[in-house]
Parts: sequence; structure tokens; C-alpha cells
Amino acid sequence: MSHALTLITFVPIAGMVLILALPDSMKNASKWIAVAATIPQLLIAIHLYEYFDTTTSAVQFAEKVSWMPSYHISYFVGVDGISISMILLTALIMFISTFASFGINRAEKGYYAMLLMLDTGMMGVFVSLDFFLFYIFWEVMLLPMYFLIGIWGGPRREYAAIKFFLYTLLGSVLILLAMLGLYYYSATPTFDLTELAANSSHYSIGFQRIVWIALFIGFAIKIPAFPFHTWLPDAHVEAPTAISVILAGVLLKMGTYGILRVNFAVLPAATYQLAWLFLGVIGTINIVYGAMCAMAQTDYKKLIAYSSISHMGYVMLGMAAFTAAGINGAVLQMFNHGTITAMLFILVGVIYDRAHHREINGFGGLAQQMPIYTAITGFAFFAGMGLPGMSAFISEVLVLLGAWQTHPVMVVFGAATAILTAGYLLWTFQRIYLGPLNEKYKDFPDLSFREAFTLVPLGIIVLILGVYPHAILGLLNTSLVHLNQVVLSTSGAAVAMVR
Amino acid sequence: MDHPIAVTFIRLIVALPLAGAAINFIAGAWLQKAFGKRAISFLGCGVVIAAFILAVRAFIAMIAIPPENRFMLDDLWKWFDVGGLNLDIAFWLDPLSMVMTLIVTGVGGLIHIYSIGYMHDDDGYWRFFGWLNLFTFAMLVLVLGDNLWLMFVGWEGVGLCSFALIGFWYKVTANTTAGNKAFIVNRIGDLAFVIALYSLFAGLQSIGHATLVTREVARYAPELAGTALNFAGYQSAYPLVGFVTLLMFIGATGKSAQIPLYVWLPDAMAGPTPVSALIHAATMVTAGVYMVARLNFLFSMSPFTMGVIAVAGGLTALFAATIGVAQTDIKKVLAYSTVSQLGYMFAALGVGAYAAGVFHLMTHAFFKACLFLGAGSVIHAMGGEQDMRKMGGLRHKMPVTFVTFMAATLAISGVPPFAGFMSKDEIIWQAISHGHPVVWAMLLIGAGITVFYMFRQVYMTFFGEFRGTHEQEHHVHESPPSMAYVLIALGALSVVGGLVMIPEFIATFKPFEDFLDPVFSSEVTRRITEAGIHSHATEAAFGFVTFTVVVIGWLVADLMYRQQKLNPARFSQMFGGVPYEWVYNKYYVDEFYNRVIIQPYMFATRALAWFDSNIIDGVVNLAARIIVFLSWLSGLFDHYVVDGLVDFSANLTLDVGGRLRRLQTGSINGYLYGILAAVMLILLVRAVVRA
Amino acid sequence: MGGGITLNHFLVLSLIIFSLGLFTVLTRRNAIGILMGVELILNSANINYLAFAFYGGGKYDGQIFAIFVIMLAAAEAVIGLAVVLAIYQNFKTIDVDAAETLRG
Repeated sequence: MSHALTLITFVPIAGMVLILALPDSMKNASKWIAVAATIPQLLIAIHLYEYFDTTTSAVQFAEKVSWMPSYHISYFVGVDGISISMILLTALIMFISTFASFGINRAEKGYYAMLLMLDTGMMGVFVSLDFFLFYIFWEVMLLPMYFLIGIWGGPRREYAAIKFFLYTLLGSVLILLAMLGLYYYSATPTFDLTELAANSSHYSIGFQRIVWIALFIGFAIKIPAFPFHTWLPDAHVEAPTAISVILAGVLLKMGTYGILRVNFAVLPAATYQLAWLFLGVIGTINIVYGAMCAMAQTDYKKLIAYSSISHMGYVMLGMAAFTAAGINGAVLQMFNHGTITAMLFILVGVIYDRAHHREINGFGGLAQQMPIYTAITGFAFFAGMGLPGMSAFISEVLVLLGAWQTHPVMVVFGAATAILTAGYLLWTFQRIYLGPLNEKYKDFPDLSFREAFTLVPLGIIVLILGVYPHAILGLLNTSLVHLNQVVLSTSGAAVAMVR
Repeated sequence: MDHPIAVTFIRLIVALPLAGAAINFIAGAWLQKAFGKRAISFLGCGVVIAAFILAVRAFIAMIAIPPENRFMLDDLWKWFDVGGLNLDIAFWLDPLSMVMTLIVTGVGGLIHIYSIGYMHDDDGYWRFFGWLNLFTFAMLVLVLGDNLWLMFVGWEGVGLCSFALIGFWYKVTANTTAGNKAFIVNRIGDLAFVIALYSLFAGLQSIGHATLVTREVARYAPELAGTALNFAGYQSAYPLVGFVTLLMFIGATGKSAQIPLYVWLPDAMAGPTPVSALIHAATMVTAGVYMVARLNFLFSMSPFTMGVIAVAGGLTALFAATIGVAQTDIKKVLAYSTVSQLGYMFAALGVGAYAAGVFHLMTHAFFKACLFLGAGSVIHAMGGEQDMRKMGGLRHKMPVTFVTFMAATLAISGVPPFAGFMSKDEIIWQAISHGHPVVWAMLLIGAGITVFYMFRQVYMTFFGEFRGTHEQEHHVHESPPSMAYVLIALGALSVVGGLVMIPEFIATFKPFEDFLDPVFSSEVTRRITEAGIHSHATEAAFGFVTFTVVVIGWLVADLMYRQQKLNPARFSQMFGGVPYEWVYNKYYVDEFYNRVIIQPYMFATRALAWFDSNIIDGVVNLAARIIVFLSWLSGLFDHYVVDGLVDFSANLTLDVGGRLRRLQTGSINGYLYGILAAVMLILLVRAVVRA
Repeated sequence: MGGGITLNHFLVLSLIIFSLGLFTVLTRRNAIGILMGVELILNSANINYLAFAFYGGGKYDGQIFAIFVIMLAAAEAVIGLAVVLAIYQNFKTIDVDAAETLRG
């Protein structure tokens, strides 16, 4: 039995211990230890990617050790098509954001220790197949995030950190309640998600609905879905660059991942009944609402935060479609949004590090002073607009194509938002980068090597997935089609699924 | 069509411009510094010319094949295969994409060469060629993509390049605004287009042929006849094909600048002139025409959509022509003229004359590119001046420009035997022949106005006295050879380019139409194209009518602007000057859109943002505040009630103790008396109780 | 067995001695005097024990208790005298009224 998943989850903890044991005189080494901890993670993720069997929806690389037998809790980790894409994304984003953190110059030891702990928490959420374990990792990730925003953040960091923490904790409580409900009412008491999924028909539909909604709210806060989204702009605005990158790049995906992993798999009948409203309608609201709010922002980072809200709406809409195209598009969109938004937040960080403000109207003409920076920003903006040939195009098209038959009105709104997105991104691009150069900024240096190093790999991935999306879709398809069948099979009507 | 010839050279045609773009973007700045602009020119033009040579070779190879087998496919790799949508990155060459490829690489190559001279003094030389190469690449993907999504990749890709090139001189805010406008308006059309693709796919899936590969769509499209637009849980009576084609046409109005989405094109003239010539006249804007022609088998199935296209095309042709009359910017005139000419193409497609539409697309590429480059040559000579009122008399100083411009003007005016005559006359004739008298009338009037504004432009620019500054007069010169030769080449094409399809009443020689015939060979399309009047005498009569209108248009322009016997001001003051005012201000369409769509939208976004930060976030903060208040209350309770009880019991004990301690006298006798008293008391009580 | 002497005689004797002891304890200020009074009280109790034992059935409980009491009285006298000595060292007197520092 391979221990790849345990390794990939706990390697950062080893790094964290090392950093904490470091004498103060060597605190500069902490960032390199952090880098050294994320590299094996990335390598293991690539290893998993290579050896992943795309032809089955079964759990792979599983490890199961009994932990608290009297409560049927076990240490059970494993991956399927959905989680492996998220593991890849997490490993990648963590690697990038460690480099993006090099600007931190206050209490580095604590910062990198927290960063690595966060890493373990996130990785753990994606590999856990035991609900209890999942929940523990879910909470483990919360705490370092609180400190990372609350200590190394901007001027209103305490407010933002507390808001983030309490809001997410509220969600956690609902998840906890739902988890206990599922445990006590299951056929044989267990926290094993695969077993719970296998016996899903045991739960009465009324019970399923209540638990479904509790879980949904818990996860929706993380996505964040309208109207639980207001913590996100604040958290993003205050968080340091690398933390924004992780927040948007990985943390938001946990919400939708949780819905797929728990709501869809364990409560398929309720999913089939409720998804159109909670995922479809709210997803569409997210798309349109996020885009419109983004248009009105004057803070660069807040604008990107709202665009995140908008783009996560596509994920929800795709999940509500119940077609292979829709659900594949949704998960691919999770991955693509992770890479593209990571780029966008790094780009915001670049200019913030130089100008120490993010007021969109306070810039102008940066293209003359920082051509490479401008070019990469343009690239990322068009990627965010879903320009064909780049990754987000494929996922958005799949989502909308998949949802068209079931939710045509929502699709029209979703597709129309492509116009609004182009509107706010182009307008922002124009105000910051084009036009006459603002004299205040005529000494700004262009991208440093380190900054470029964090951006270029992401850009290359965005391009590759635009012309060869099969690299990720191949992983997803079998698992997602299976999951989709499970949900559809509860509808009673035999729906012929096209692969 | 079912047995494509597998080839591997098409990818080269596509990849060459991409490689040029990539090298320019990655290393262009360094190349320009290290080896000078010559290296960039060599690279930028070289890749397009090489692609053109490959295209010509492909063309030669293609005409050697029997017409029904003229279909080559270059399959690269699987793009995605999800939910029944199985698409490859693959390129195909059939007669229609062959024609388009030749135009894109041929005319495109000429314009690349022209740019060497035109952009020579610009620091962003490498950037310009990078975008121009990327545009060529995107346009080739649009044309050669073997499935509709790949076509859409090119479709939006050209939009991106258009955006970047319109705003090429990005230091001027107005330029970048024009770029934004172009991209966003195009996206509105794209919205309709993608929804058309979704519905088309869903429809094909419902009949068991889930595909969006163009040739397969063509094969299964007839089965869609009678299929209604259906959704899960909702059945409509509206025919699916009608819905799809109508939306596709809306998509085309965005890209090809038709009513109501034409507004971006005139503003797009903010870009450098070669860009206007290549993207906003010769190639990109014809993408919509290409798309309709490509999917003729679908469009022909919906008479309603065809009618809409014909009317919209005719209306645009006339409407844009009238705006062109009052413009004073040399490029704006040509811009509206482009909108108008695109209207002709759509009118042709709408009445079912697909070949004529594509033919006009080609001839228009020749003469409009020539006109734009000629205008560019003039602007170049005038030091950036674009106002025709400050020009005049340039024909002596710029003879090459004048002659080629004149040739192209005659072509666009439809004077036989110039290229435009062959194509435009054919369109106008096909309109009446297929029974669209209203469209015919609009096109006819449009043709007259076209002649008028074109000659107005020629006369204002090249005839009369020079009206610019003294400095400009000294500066005026003929353009460098790289530009002049391109003008000559395009001018020549404007003259002879139309000879591949001659109106039937003159001669039976139309290899162009025969070449394209396999593309328009579906049953429904055949039925539509072959309908109509087939009398050469009638055709000749209508041709004469058209020619008369053309002559009238020229006469009026000649009287007003060359002989100056008629004062244009008198006409502009007719009806109190109101019509002129409206035409001059482009019918206030931009203002209308601004007032009705953009401003309300911006207001809505601000309102929503306020709603978000005050109401939704307000609720969150309110909840937080309520909780803080409640915890304050419970704090009070804790302090006064719970803790109060604890304190009370402590205080009580203390108090009682304080009182009791007085008993502790320290006097042993006292204690002993106390004990005695207590014992006596107990005994007494016991005695009483017992009793 | 004296014909005229009954349990009541012993009890009366005991009562007298007890009363004397009690009176001594209550009235004396001298700590030694008080101790002597206590000694009288204890011995009056001894008389009671022995008398009850003698008249109450011939068991030895009373005698045993008497011995206990004597032993206790000895121990008490030791501690009591030690206390008195300590009082004297602190207050230079053995008048118990002087030693009232424990007063509440």
C-alpha cells in the first residue's frame, strides 16, 4: 500500500516543526524550508497524476487505519477524479504562493509555520474520505487562516479576520450537526463517506433535505454563495498577497468540493430535488451579481474578489445541470479559476507592493513603465474573460452547454455575464495600464524575476488547458459521470446519459 | 464530403503566423534592439507570405482534385470529449475556406508589407507585427477550424487582436475606449452565437447525432427539419433551426458590424490604418459573412431568418451609406462604407445568393483594402491629418496613391468592368431575381449614395486646391516603395479581381461560383439558389437601371465637389437642417445606446454595490452587532445576577461571621459558662420535650 | 457490701465532687487551679463509672473506662501544664484572664 497521500498531507507539518525549531538567528531560512516543504508535495501530486487510473470511479491510493473504533472513526484517505484535480491545484498554488510570500518581513517564522499548517489542512480536506477526518482538517485549516489574515494583513485586518473566522465557523457548526445527523441515522453508524454514499437510500427524503440544506449553507459560506459572500471582499482586501492567492485559489473550491463529495454522493435524492434552486438559481445570482458589483468597485483587489464570486457561480450552475458536460465543466472551472485568480491576485500584489494603494482611478498608463507586467495582466484578464484558447473558456462553455437543456434562462444570464465581465475587466485595464502615464509612478520597476516566476507557470497552464483541456478532463470524467448517474438514478426516471 | 483527404500542411499555414506572433511577443523587443526593425519586418511579413505560398500550393493541389472531393483535413489532437461533445483540434480546407485562406494570407500579406513603411517610425514596431501575426493566426483558425467551437476560438481571437490593435496607441485614452467598445459590442453578438451553438448541439443530441463538427452538422442538419426548440420540461412550437440561425445572425451582426451592432466599427478607426484595412475592412468583419455562407445548409432551412438577414443587410447598406455622406474624417467615410458594403454581402446571403455574397467579400477585400491603404498613404503624407476639409489637390503630389485610389473608387462604385461591378451588380440583381423588391430598392439607393460619397471623398482629397497648412504642403510626398507597390497590387486586383465571375447577361464565365459550388450543394440551398428569374434580358435591364443610378450619384458628386456648381451647404440646410444634423451625428445611435443601456447599467452596478456593502453586508454586520449587544446583556446578567448570588452568599457568610466572632471572648471562664449554659439548656429542652 | 451504702451515696458523693470541681473551674483565675478543678470533675466521673459498674451487673466496663479516664487525665495534665508553662512564658502570669489575645 502506498503512503503517498499521507505523505503529501503531512510533509508540510514536518516543515512547520522544523521552522518552529529554528533559532531566531536563522529565521531567514524559514522561507526556504517552506519552499522545501512544498516541492515534495508538488512532486507527489505529479506522481499521483501520472499513476492515476482514469478509467474507474473507484477510490485510489487509499489508506485506511482504524482510529477510534468505538465511534467507527478511521483514518481513511483516498482520491478519485474529483479530488485529484484539487490536490494538483493545491500543491501548485502552495508552491507558487510560498514564493509570493517572500515579501513578508515581519515574524517570518510564524508566518511560514502557519502557511504550512494551512497547507496540511487543505490537503487533508481533499484526501479525507472519512467525514470525521474531513471535518478535523476543515477546522485545522481555519485557524492558521485567521492568524495569517489577522497578523500579517492590512489596516482592517482584525475585522476581516474575525469576520472570516466567525462566518466560516458558523458554517462549520452546521456541517458538524449534519455530520452527526448522518452518523446517528445511518444504517450502520459510520463516518466513512464511501459507505455513507453506498447506503444513501437509507435516509428518508425529509431527513435528507434538512441535512442537505445544513450542509449546503456550511459549504456555501466557503464558496462563497450569495448572500453569504460578504466576508470574501473584506478578507481579500486585508489579506497579504499570498494569502489571497490561497484563499481564492484553493479555499473557495472547498465549498463546491464539499458539496460534490458530501451532498451529491451521500444525499443524491435531496440533491436532485434541491440543486436547481440552491445551486442553479443562487449560482446564477452569483454570476451576475458578482460581475455587476465588480464593475462598481474602485479598489483593485476588491474588484478581483467580486470577480471570484462571479466565476464561482459557474461552478454552481454547472453542478445544477446534471449532465456530464455541466458537472465536468464545473470541476474544470474550479481548477481553472484557481489558476487564473491566483494570477490576478499576484498581479494586484505586484502593484500594491510598489504603490502601497490599490485605488483603480489612482493609476494610469502603467503600460509605459511596466510593459511586461502589463502584458501578463492583459493575459490574465483575457483568461478571466474566458477568451477562447485559454482554459476558462472550455470550462465555462461546458458548464453552459451542459445546463442549457435544463436551465435555459440561467444559461442566458450566465452567458450574458461574459459581456459584463469583459466590461469591468477592460475598463479596469484601461484605467490602470493604458492612457497617459501618471507621473507619480514613473520610477516603478517592472516585474522582478521572482514575481515573474510566480506568474509564468500559471500562465502556461492556462494556455495548455485551453488547447488541451483533456489533461484535467481526463481525470474527472469517469468519476463525475458516475456521480452524476448516482444523482440522476434517484429521480426515478431512467435518464439516458451520454458519456 | 465524407471522405476527407488527410493532409498535414494545413497546420503549417496556421502555425506560421502563430510562430511569428510568439517570437515577436517574447523576443520582439530584444530583436528590434539587437538587429533593428528590419529583422522584425522580415519575421512578421515572412511568416504570412510563407503561409500564402502554402495556401497557393494547396489551391493548385485542390483544383487538380475532382470538385466533389475537394476536401482536405488536418487532424491534430483531441480537444475535449465530454458529455457527448467530442471535438478535435483539426483544420479543414474546402473551397470556401480555401478562398478565405487566400484572402487572409494574400491581402493580409500585402498589408503586412505595407505596414513596414507605415509603422516605420513607431517604437512599438515589434508589438504591432506581433498582433498583426496573431490576428492572421486567429483569422485562419476561424476559417479553417473544422468544428464550430474551434471556429469560435478564432472568432473571439480576432476580436482580441482587433481590441489590441484599435488601442495600439494606448497612450491616448480615446483609442483604448474604442478598443473596449469594439470588444464589448462583439461580445454581445458572441452571446447570441454561443447560445445558438448550445441549442444546435442540444438539438443534434436529441436526434442522436451529438456533434458540432461542421461537416457532420452539415450531414445531419436536414434531419433537424421539423424539430422544435425544446427544453427539459418545456416544449415550444418554434423551429429549432430558425432559432439557431437567427441567433447566429445576431452573432454575425456583432462581428460584421450590421444593424444594430455596427456602432463599434467607425470608432475602430482609432487604430493604425493598416489595421483598419486588414481587420476592419478586408478580413475580420467578413467573418460573419463567412459564417453564414459556411452554415448555408442551416440558414437555407429557415426562410424567416433568411428574410431577416436580407432586410437587415439591405437596411444596413442604405443606412450606413447615408451616414457616410456627411463624414469629414477620411477614414470614417471608409468605415461607414465598409458597414454599408457588408450590408450588401448579407443582403446577398439573405436572398440566397451565397456565391455572390462571398464574391463580394473577396472583391471588397481588394478594393476596400486599397482604399484604406490609400487613405493611410494620404494620412502618412499629411503628417497624421485625417480631416478631408484640410486636404485637396493631392493628385499631383501623390500620383500612385491617386491612381490606385481612383481605381478602387471605381470598383466600389460598381463601374464596369471593375471588380466591384461584377459582385455588386450581381447582388442587386439577385435581390430582385429572388423576389425581394424592398431589399433591391434599398440596395439600389445605397449604390447611388455609395458613388456619391466615394467621389465626394476623391474630389475633396485629390482635386481642387490644397487647404491644409503651409507646413503640411511642404511635407506632402509620395509614400515609400513598400507602400506604393502594395497600393499598385491592390489597385490592380480592384480592376481585374472581379473577372472570375462575370454577370450572365454579359458572358457565361463564372469559375468562382463553380469552385464554390460544392460548399453550397445541400438540397435546401440548391432549391433557394436556383429559384428566381433566369432571363438574361431582364437581368440586363436591371443592370442598366443600376448603372443609371450609379451615374446619377457620380454626377451629383461631380457637380457639388469638383465643378462646385451646386453648393452642398444648400442641401444640408434642407428641412431646417434637421436631416443633415441627424446624418452628421450618425442618427444619434451612440448617444441612444449610451443613454438607454450603458448609463442605466452603470447606475445599476453602483446601486448593487451599495446594496451589497450596506444591505447584505449590513445584515451581516447587524447580526454581529446584535450578538455583541446580546452578549453585553448577558454580561450584565452575569455580573449582577449570577455573580451577584455568589457575592451575596460570600457577603452573608462574612457578615454572620463578623457578628459571631464577638462570642469569641478569649476568656476561658466565659467559654465554660457558655458550655454550662448550653448543657443546662439542652437538658431543659429535653426535659420539656419529654414532658 | 455495706448494708447502708447504696448507689445513691456514691452518686451524691460524685455530685458533690463534680460540683466542687465545676465551681473551681468556673471561679478560679489561676490556670493551675482550673486544672485542679478539671481533675476533680474527671474523678467524679470515675466514681460514677465504678459505682455503676459495681451496682450495674458486675461487668468490667466501668473499671476499664475509669482506667482510661485516669490515663487521659494524666495526659491532659501534662498538656495542660505545658500550656500553662507556655502562657507563663508569654504573659509572665498564669492568670487566664490575662491570656485573651484569641478574643474575636
